[in-house]
Amino acid sequence: MTDISQDKSALQDDHGPDYAPGTHPSLPPPSSSVGPIHWIRVNLFSSIPNILLTILAVWVLWATIPGLLNWALFDAAFQGDSRSDCRAVAEGACWAFISSRFGQFIYGFYPVELRWRVDLAAIGLVMALVPLLFDKVPYRRFGLYFAAAYPFIAYFLLMGGLGLEPVETSKFGGFMLTMVIGVTGIAVSLPIGIVLALGRRSDMPIVRVLCVVFIEFIRGVPLITLLFVASTMLNYFLPPGTTFDLLLRVLIMVVLFASAYLAEVVRGGLQAIPKGQTEAADALGLTYWKAMRLVILPQALKISIPGIVNTFIGLFKDTTLVIIIGLLDPLGIGKAALADAKWQGLAAEVYIFIAILFFICCFGMSRYSLYLENKLHTGHKR
Amino acid sequence: MSEAYASQMQVLDEVAIRIQNMHKWYGEFHVLKNVNLTVNRGERIVICGPSGSGKSTLIRCINRLEEHQRGDIIVDDIELTNDIKNIAEIRREVGMVFQHFNLFPHLTVLENCTLAPIWVRRMPKADAEEIAMNYLEKVKIPDQALKFPGQLSGGQQQRVAIARSLCMNPRIMLFDEPTSALDPEMIAEVLDVMVSLAESGMTMLCVTHEMGFARKVANRVIFMDGGEIIEENEPEEFFNNPQSDRTKLFLSQILAH
Amino acid sequence: MAVAESHMDQGFTFSKLWRDKRYRGVLMQILVIAGLFAFVTFIVHNAIENLAALGKTFGFAFLNTPASYDINQAFIEYDSRSSHFRAGLVGIINTGVVAVCGIVLATILGFLFGVLRLSNNWLVSRLVYCYVEFTRNVPVLVQILLWYGIIVNSLPTPKVAAADHGIWDVIFLSNRGLYIPAPVFGDGTWLAGIALVIAIAFAIFFKIWAKKTQDATGKIYPVFTINLAVIIGLPLLAFAAMGFPLTWEIPELKGFNFKGGAVLKPEFTALWLALSLYTAAFIAEIVRAGIQAVSHGQTEASYALGLKPSWTLRLVVIPQALRVIVPPLTSQYLNLTKNSSLAIAIGYMDIVATIGGITLNQTGKEMECVIIVMAIYLAFSLMISLFMNWYNKHIALVER
Repeated sequence: MTDISQDKSALQDDHGPDYAPGTHPSLPPPSSSVGPIHWIRVNLFSSIPNILLTILAVWVLWATIPGLLNWALFDAAFQGDSRSDCRAVAEGACWAFISSRFGQFIYGFYPVELRWRVDLAAIGLVMALVPLLFDKVPYRRFGLYFAAAYPFIAYFLLMGGLGLEPVETSKFGGFMLTMVIGVTGIAVSLPIGIVLALGRRSDMPIVRVLCVVFIEFIRGVPLITLLFVASTMLNYFLPPGTTFDLLLRVLIMVVLFASAYLAEVVRGGLQAIPKGQTEAADALGLTYWKAMRLVILPQALKISIPGIVNTFIGLFKDTTLVIIIGLLDPLGIGKAALADAKWQGLAAEVYIFIAILFFICCFGMSRYSLYLENKLHTGHKR
Repeated sequence: MSEAYASQMQVLDEVAIRIQNMHKWYGEFHVLKNVNLTVNRGERIVICGPSGSGKSTLIRCINRLEEHQRGDIIVDDIELTNDIKNIAEIRREVGMVFQHFNLFPHLTVLENCTLAPIWVRRMPKADAEEIAMNYLEKVKIPDQALKFPGQLSGGQQQRVAIARSLCMNPRIMLFDEPTSALDPEMIAEVLDVMVSLAESGMTMLCVTHEMGFARKVANRVIFMDGGEIIEENEPEEFFNNPQSDRTKLFLSQILAH
Repeated sequence: MAVAESHMDQGFTFSKLWRDKRYRGVLMQILVIAGLFAFVTFIVHNAIENLAALGKTFGFAFLNTPASYDINQAFIEYDSRSSHFRAGLVGIINTGVVAVCGIVLATILGFLFGVLRLSNNWLVSRLVYCYVEFTRNVPVLVQILLWYGIIVNSLPTPKVAAADHGIWDVIFLSNRGLYIPAPVFGDGTWLAGIALVIAIAFAIFFKIWAKKTQDATGKIYPVFTINLAVIIGLPLLAFAAMGFPLTWEIPELKGFNFKGGAVLKPEFTALWLALSLYTAAFIAEIVRAGIQAVSHGQTEASYALGLKPSWTLRLVVIPQALRVIVPPLTSQYLNLTKNSSLAIAIGYMDIVATIGGITLNQTGKEMECVIIVMAIYLAFSLMISLFMNWYNKHIALVER
């Protein structure tokens, strides 16, 4: 069909053949306005500034990519027992360092023979998350039950007890610690955040003021000061003689921190729900809590999910701050390893490895949030 | 009676817009097919047709909001090419009113009207404001001059949009479905303004489904479908004796209610 | 309860306390206050007992004792005999310096990248997209450490840098920082200073005059170009008239490090670069969203009126986009300032590293130090949000 019309357009002179009104066929566009050459012209060379930009971009690529690839891949050493081993083989990156410490980067100082428990917990996490995050999963109902039970399962798997050999939290480290802090942080802070958001919109002035003060206080100080509170001050506020685990103290602070940010996200969602919904719920005779649970919150949470995911991404990135008070997340492991005389001076390798690790997780999450946003938008457009 | 009324308005023998063998594509999609149209100065043309027939695209080509790929468009003896100077010159002479008003929300009604005269015509502020107030009076909302567009009703906003275009003293006015985003009770106030504009002898091209307006002021009604001009005729003839089946179908659909 | 009862409606019953909406609200609030009071009493009591058990007291007198540690970047007079208070002041100034420098660079880069992201040049827009996504999704602390690691580990020592001649033997990039020649202004510099003041005064006057002239006659002057030329040109002319009374103090290798010249220390540079690049990625997204929030119809209407693209941008798009951009932009500024607290990880002596770090460890005044640091950040946050509320009120579009 295309061929025929192309023939016609080839035959056509300036005026074209006369068609009776309403019978003009669709012709293919002139070759100068479609196709790869047209695309290149419009997207890369449409004007003088555009050409300059293209040249600049090509120069940037040319100046960075080959050097980077050389350093990271072609001229890199993947095996060896020390930095000098690497240098003997290649001039570029020394990835042997990462592979030699890979176990620590992932599990921290968790006993090697018990690492299977961490693996199991990670598999469980995936199984719990899939039915939570995607709504078209077979047997979603059972998945959700599993997700509800998961925190307890994970607790015993990681900490031991119930016949499993106990492991102290000071042995937690590496990427596993990141996941523990991140997942606990978001799971516990979400309900607190919702309560805070409702409190901030409550008609009870005292409750409202308290919530506002709490939220604004937490949002006004850097997380690191809260971590200082966890590491140095929190014990002062407990009855004399009680001490508890640093990881737990950090978790409390992370939860408080995340809940303040989540409260603001959820508040945004609540504000977006039209007043008619509350009025309709009132008209149906629902009590405040019933109206919230059955009508308002499901809608508000649904539209705040992208914001919640973004908060989680932020929290996930912020877990790296725990190195400042001495916990050994991947960054802490990396810093400690850099102090090893055998491997000194390999900061770039370590931090780039960690950067890629975090990038994969965070970028994945941001794609998920984008997917949700698109889904929400199509939902609203009917 | 309405016919007589329409013919009172003078049509000059001078060509305002000439479109010859014009084609336009959106990517692979052939939107406008071999369009030929000549508009004389003082003529008032109503373009109608089902949605997606290319009627909006056609008038947007006239002030180069859309680019055509083949054929010629000559406005006021200036040919539309990629030459920025020509485009600028044509846009100065051609006013346009949009379906969604597109008033500038950060400027007051008066500032909306004076923006282009001050920056394009390089008019002293006082003169521009005087002209703006003059046109705001013509569209019957001089008292809203210091308000912001967000404070006005849809009908008022559209009248401001018309005044804003008129402040540039254009020789041709394009209307792209000016009433289709309005509530029914506001359509009349906008149409009234358009009728009085027609009476003043303005060359007008209106994409609209307001057939009453077409009967009252148009010299010619053009029916488009599938990117082509299917039929063009004087309003009486067009409504009472449509030639093509597609026109008949279309008219029966929009006049049914 | 008896007192309360006398004020209530005649039909009061105890069941009303939780059935009647009004009473229930009051009851709830009383419970919340009581709970809060109990909680505060509990922790204050614990804190007092714990402090007593450790033989510590609560108070800020330690701020007047000598700090006895060095700070390598101090913009006010400071040595190890200065007080902790002064150390804190140095820390605040250092926080301010890196925050302001970071905000300036992040804003410039962020706006540039945001606009480039929208450019119709496919390659550039993709490139910026990669930059934005990569930078946003990597923790800023990792980026700070990465930059610091690169500067300290991968750059040559001063000795090697000097042997390599740097750039024309005047600029040296080494693992001790970036050393550049420091300008030493000679006698005639005052004239250039005066010229600059005159040029700025002229620029302001000219802008007002041009606006008035445009209002009166319609004539449009290229105000920005002329003013830029005057502000750069006039001082330069004055400087030339005095015969360029400028000498450069060039850094020289003395022992293990350079002496003389101006220096960007590795800690500052790493923190500055990392914070700016990280925040720039977020600002780029804000700018992109802000410009995209101005509907296509606005530019079309402006074009249809005959305004050329540059004026459309200036008169129609930017004023509207700014309303969308500024609120999240200020919160990015706030984030950058809070993130500057990560300075402690690489030993840049900001307020967290001085008061919250060394002072805290030396004096053992954990509570006092953390309170001071928190209060400073809170004060800053409060100022920013006050500004934001003011701005939002002033610039919000008037709707019905």
